[in-house]
This record gives sequence, structure tokens and C-alpha cells, in this order.
Amino acid sequence: MFIKHRLHLALAAAALSLLAACGKKSAEDAAPATAEKTSLVVYTAFEPEQLPAFKQAFEAANPNISIDWVRDSTGVITARLLAEKDNPRADAVWGLAASSLLLLDNYKLLEGYAPQGVEKLDPRFVDSHTPPLWTAADAYEAAICVNTEELKKKNLPMPASWADLTKPVYKGYVVMPNPNSSGTGFLAVAGWLQMMGEDKAWEYMNALDANIARYTHSGSKPCKEVATGEVPVGISLGYTGVKQKAKGAPVEIVFASEGLGWDMEAQAIVAGTKKTEAVKKLMDFAVSETANKLYNQAYPMIGIPALAQPVTGYPADIASKYAKNDFAWVAGNRERVLAEWQKRYSSKTEPKT
Amino acid sequence: MSSLALKLPRWRPLWQGLSDRGLLLFALALAVPTLLLPLGTLVEHAFFDDSGRWVGFARFLGYLADPALQRSLRNSLWVSTVSTLISVTLAFLAAYSVSRTLLPGRGLLRLVLFLPLMAPSLMPGLALVYWFGEQGLAKGLLFGAELYGPVGIVIGSVFWTLPLAFLILSTAFANADGRLFEAARVLGASPFRVFRTVTLPSVRYGLIGSAVVVFTQVFTDFGVPKVIGGQYNVLPTDIYKQVIGQHNFGMGSAISLVLILPALLSFAVDRWSASKQSAALGARATRYTPPPDRLRDGLAGGYALLLSAAVLAVMGMAVYASLVSYWPYNLTLTLDNYRFESVPGTGWRAFRNSLELAFHTACFGTVLVFLFAYFTEKGRKGVVLRNAFRLFAMLPLAIPGLVLGLGYVFYFNAPGNPLNVLYGGMSLLVICTVVHFYSVVHMTAATAINQLDREFEAANAMLGAPAWRLLRKVTLPVCLPAILDIWFYLFVNGIRTVSAVIFLYATDTTLASVASLNLDDSGETAEACAMAVLIVLACLLVRLLHWLVSKFLLARLQHWRQS
Repeated sequence: MFIKHRLHLALAAAALSLLAACGKKSAEDAAPATAEKTSLVVYTAFEPEQLPAFKQAFEAANPNISIDWVRDSTGVITARLLAEKDNPRADAVWGLAASSLLLLDNYKLLEGYAPQGVEKLDPRFVDSHTPPLWTAADAYEAAICVNTEELKKKNLPMPASWADLTKPVYKGYVVMPNPNSSGTGFLAVAGWLQMMGEDKAWEYMNALDANIARYTHSGSKPCKEVATGEVPVGISLGYTGVKQKAKGAPVEIVFASEGLGWDMEAQAIVAGTKKTEAVKKLMDFAVSETANKLYNQAYPMIGIPALAQPVTGYPADIASKYAKNDFAWVAGNRERVLAEWQKRYSSKTEPKT
Repeated sequence: MSSLALKLPRWRPLWQGLSDRGLLLFALALAVPTLLLPLGTLVEHAFFDDSGRWVGFARFLGYLADPALQRSLRNSLWVSTVSTLISVTLAFLAAYSVSRTLLPGRGLLRLVLFLPLMAPSLMPGLALVYWFGEQGLAKGLLFGAELYGPVGIVIGSVFWTLPLAFLILSTAFANADGRLFEAARVLGASPFRVFRTVTLPSVRYGLIGSAVVVFTQVFTDFGVPKVIGGQYNVLPTDIYKQVIGQHNFGMGSAISLVLILPALLSFAVDRWSASKQSAALGARATRYTPPPDRLRDGLAGGYALLLSAAVLAVMGMAVYASLVSYWPYNLTLTLDNYRFESVPGTGWRAFRNSLELAFHTACFGTVLVFLFAYFTEKGRKGVVLRNAFRLFAMLPLAIPGLVLGLGYVFYFNAPGNPLNVLYGGMSLLVICTVVHFYSVVHMTAATAINQLDREFEAANAMLGAPAWRLLRKVTLPVCLPAILDIWFYLFVNGIRTVSAVIFLYATDTTLASVASLNLDDSGETAEACAMAVLIVLACLLVRLLHWLVSKFLLARLQHWRQS
């Protein structure tokens, strides 16, 4: 008797479990219809700790609109937007690499809109189409993270430039992200190519490759490894370095003297959204002074240059270090550059010892 | 007797054969939208370009011409083979110790060996770096070998596949026929001979099955190589580079299809080994209680201690990592990392979602897996249907989670698909997770079921009783330990799954496992570890409840094991 009951119970439990899962979804689908509030699905790659402040500030300014974040790393969010391209789920993106937005534009996934106040932005922070397909919030750059403790232990000099990293003393002591896996890696490479010119840049990368201990798949990883003393020197994001230093890691961030490859965290309307009014409000807010002040808490380079205050950990002249960056050139040559990189540095005998 | 069994179907009521077929058809029908069509979208992406033009095998040829592939393939084969050998050997000895010796504290060893299953993939990666990395405490144990590369991949892979191999092998060991051992003893066979002629043949299906599972899992896993593989390229990291790094879905799909080949191979091996398997647990089997043997039990004890120590060292290091202020420069202990200040508000919500996903996955999955496994293994009708379903059941094993997730987006988000209402919801996460982890549980269920003699079916048919009755009266109770293990296996995988669901969660269905990975990615390593530790604690708590329920159920249903 008992066993019979158990089987029935098990079947019932399974059915209920799936029904409950389905029911939950449909209950939530039904909810927005009764509420007055418009909720926007916003895909983002902003740092998780920034999100609450952004959401709060926007919702305070627009009480009838709320933000539903879907947050992941730049690579995953971009892949997801592209995978969903036939039936987009996001109403907007806010805090995604401008280079990713160029990629999305290839599939006509963005809808142009000139937000109120767009004229106050640094022209580099506004897409060249009329109306612009995207505007940008802040900029971030490739930088060198150095572990001062490990430097001392290994008796290494402090690097000051990209060129320094090719010196034989650093052999086996440098980690950088693989540009084929990580946007940060590509950012650095694109910076070198544009600063040095193609031939010089590949020569530079050949020399650098001789010193590289390993290429990582994640952009923040090199700086994290530096912060825990796994390697003395890493090419990564300035932001990650500054953050690790603030947490007490013996890390110095070197903003190379030759100039820095960079990209922007940008916002755009996803084509096909039905919430046109609300999403425009979001774009307006994203270029507002309130928003810019929020961006400025983490990044020294923001859309409205007049508002920019220095940020702890960054040099005051950081803006002047940004190399000339032609996003159209970068987007147009991305595939070719990555293939060349793959051919040169990914086919070596592994593993190195 | 078996010849008699073959003649029997004629006496069975007609509807029964129909219900066998009906259930199989139902199972196959379920597999179409949840497995075949999502995979079909990948085939489409591999053979057509963005604008829908047929590019045929261009991508495959392009990839094959790349010398990097040959090396990735070689690397993948090498680390998978080495990991399989080590993992299956360790698990075999552990399963033997748990089932065939009088080792005290066997339940504890079982629990410890399940720990790696509960640990989100970030934990072993981090723990290995903290033990064997540049600043590692036990760096010397690697004798100068570099952790970042094949060494790290093999250690990491063995760690997380050990529970899988153990799950399958301990199921195989659990149902032994005491009569065979008695006969061997009476005939004066040496322990070695008993091992070779009684023990080994009875677990052969489990042994081959576990090897197939471990090999395929390592071959398709990108979690470990991504974190600790350095620049040692394997096929799954190639897919990661294509999909996440370059957003080249066509190429990513093409490489994924290459990865499915081992699944087809494992299917062949699995079928071949199943055909050699004779039921270990005959209808007249008695329970086997190993006689006391101090040497054997002593050796097993030593081994259990060593293995447990190794597993606990990894887990302990991860717990420690969640408690220090800043490793390795400020080792003051603190609980600050458990406040999740960098993800205010979302931390605990994600955790609740994860529990929900895990619970639904476990309940829904266990029932389906067991029913389907039962009818594919014990059904008599529909050989073609049964083999087709067996193949489907093995497929998810060879599909990296990332690829399955991508297929799910393509298929379930398609504008014309009525099922697209599921997209972004919890139910699709549940379905995807059940499918993702289907193969291993199906094999475990099949292993348990296959140890039951077909005579049971024959007798049942002779009595004119429906198959359901046999399932209820004999099969379910005998397989109960395996069923309970399956439930728990699905639960823990539901709670720690990342790769397949990374494209599928929405705002209100964010998961703790994904949050933990993202915390690590943004540099909050200690917080990421803290969240992982909470996941393990939740699993342990559920394990405790699970143990109490099992104890109760087994006491009610397993009298035959004591007699």
C-alpha cells in the first residue's frame, strides 16, 4: 500500500513542481498589466555594485518607470543580445562596450535617438549617425597592474611604458588576456595597432609574447592574479587595478606613457521595443548630469567633461593618455586582427615551462 | 529460464505492450522540443551564414585546416584520458570500500565524496591556486611543474568528476548477489579470483559507464580549463573563444558538432557493454554481507582517509578563502565577505531562485528519468524506439552547457515558436537543467535497473500483472537508493549550474551560481567564495534532510536487504 502511495506521490510531486515553475512565470507575466508602472528590461555589463545606485537615481527621477536589470560580463551580454536578435528581449542596453554596440548595429539591432542634453557630451561619446544610435556614459582603458611586493622579491624594476614590458627581465612574469576571449585583451591590442601603426605593433606583440607567462580568458583576471601575487605584472583594466588596490592589495597601476587603448560604456535603445517613451526617458537620464556624477564615482573619464572630478587611483591627466581611437576602423578590422593574433600567438608549442 | 521469458509476451494483455510503446513515444516526443530542435538550430548555424546562405562544410574545413585545432583536439584527448583513468580508479576503490568492506564510517566517506558535486566550479579552481599556485602552501608538491596547464586541468577535472564515477560505480556495487560470493567461498576461490570472476563482471557495466561519463564530461567541460588551464587550448575553450569572445555562433556551433562525436562513440560503447551485461541480481539473489577481513578493511580505511583528506583539503581551502580579508597579504579572519555588499539586494534573492530551480529540477527530473530508464531497459516492445531514446539520453552528455544554452536561446526565443512564452521563466531553466544533466542520471538509473533479473518481468507477466505493479512492488524498492542518489545529484547540479543557464535567466530568475561567478569576475574573489560556501552549506543541509527521508524510506522498503 505504502509503495503505491509513494509512486503516486512522486508523480504528483513532479507534476506539481513543473506546474509551480510554470505558474510562477505566468503569474509574473500577468502582474505588470495591472500595475501602472512601465518596467524596462535593461541589459548591462556595469559592475554589480554600481547597479543599485543607478536604478535608484533613475527611478527617483522617473517614478513611473522601473528598471529590471539583466547583468553579466560584456562578452556574455553581447553574445546574448546577438543570439536573441530575431526576437529581442531587452528594451535597452546601458553600460555595454561601445565596440559591442557597433557589432549589434551590424544586425540593425539599435534604434537611433538623440537624448535631451546630448549636446553637452564629449563628441567622442556620441555615435556619428543622425540621430545617434548610441551615446556613452564613461570610458575605461587598458592599464598595467604591478604587484610591488613581488617586484621587490624578484628584484624587478617598475615598468612605466608598454615598451618596458618587452625587456628580458620580465620574461615569464607578464600575464595578459587573450584578445580572442576577452574584450579587454582586444582593447589593448587595438590600442597598440592604432598608436604604433600595424607593423610596429605586431613587432611589439612578438617581443611581448616572449615575456608572457600565459594568456587568460578573462579581462579582469590578469589584474586579479597580480593582486594575489600569482604574477608580478598583468595587462588588464585600470578599473580592476584601482579596485584591488582600494581593497588593500599591494598593487600599483601603471598608465603606460605611450598612450592607452580604450573603450566606452554606452547606452542604446534596442530596436523593436514597445516601450518607446520610457526607453527615451532612460536615454535622457543616462546622459544627464545626475548620471554623469554617478559614473564619475568610479571612472575619471565621463560623457560631460566639464563635470569630471579626479578619481582616487587615477592620475589627474588620464584624459590626455587616451590614444586616438577610431571605432569604425576597430570594428572593421576586428576579425582580421583576431585571426592574425590567433595565428601568431596561439599556435605555439604548449605548455610553456 | 530466459528462453521461457522470450515466449512470454504473447500472454501479456495487449494494452500493456501499447503502454510501453506509448510511454516511449511520449519520452521521444518530449525530447524533440527540449533537445533535438535546439540542437537543430546549432546545425543550422554551423552550415548557414548570417544571411541564411548555405556555406556547407566551409567552417569545418576552415577549422580543421587550422593547426591550432589539431593541438586542441590532441590536448582534449590527452587530459580527458588521463583524468578518466585517475578518476575512475579512485572512484572504483572508493565504491569497493563503501560496498564490499566492513569499513566503519562508510556513510561519511559517501558524504565526503559527494562534496565536490556541491562545490561551484569556482571553488576547486581557487583552492588549487591557493594550494599549488605561485603563493601556494603546497607548491612544492608539484615538483616545479606549472599548475596552469594540463596539470591543473587534470587535478580539477578529477576533483569534480570523482562523484560522478562514484555515483555510477557505487550503484553497480550496491546490488550484489550474495549467493555468488558464498559459492566462490565454498569452492575455495582465492580473494583475487573472487574479485576477478565475481566482483569485476558484476560491475562491468558500471565501470564502462563511469569511464564513458567521465571522459565525455572532461572532454566537453570548459569551466576547469578556463580558470586553470592557462593557455593550454582544448576544444571547449575554443568554443568559448568563438561564442563569448568573438560572437561567432557559426564557428562555435561547428566546433560543438565536432564535440558530439564522442557522445555517439560513448553510445556505441554503452550499448556494447550493456549487451555483455547479465543481470547481477537474480530473482533468487540473497543479500551479500562481506565477511570480516582485517587486512582488507584496514587498507580500505587507509585509502578512505587519504581520499577524504584530499577532498576536504580542497573544500577547506575554499572555505578559508571566503574567511580571509585579503589573500595572501592580509590573512586576518573576517565574516565581512558574507555580507555581499557588492551585490546589495540581489545576493539572497539569487540564492532563493537557485534553491527553487534545484528543487524543481530534482523532483521533476527524478520521476521522468526513472520512468524513461525503466521502460527503455525493461520494456519489451519497440526496440527501435528504445534505442532511439537511449541515443537521445546519451546526447546531453556531450553537449557543453554553453552550447545547449545557446541552442535554447535560438529555439525558444524564435519569434514564431509558441513555446517562446517560456523564455526567461523558471520553467525553462528547469527543463534546460534536467536535459543538461540527463545522461548521467539516466545511466545511473539504467545501471540499477539492469541489475534486476528479467525473470522478475517474466514472473510478473506470467501472473498477468501490469508492468506498473512490478515497478511498484519490486523495481522501485530495489532501486530506491539509486533513485534517492539521482534526486540529490539533480538537486546539487541545479543549484550550481552555470554554463547552460547563462543565456536563459532573466531579472527575476538570477541565480546564485551565476552571481558567484560574476562576483569573481569583477574581482570580489572572497565574496564569490563566500557565496559558493553558502551553496555548499545549503546542499549539505538538504543532504541531511535527504538522509533522514532516505533512512525512513529504506527502513520501510528495504527489509529484503536485511533478510
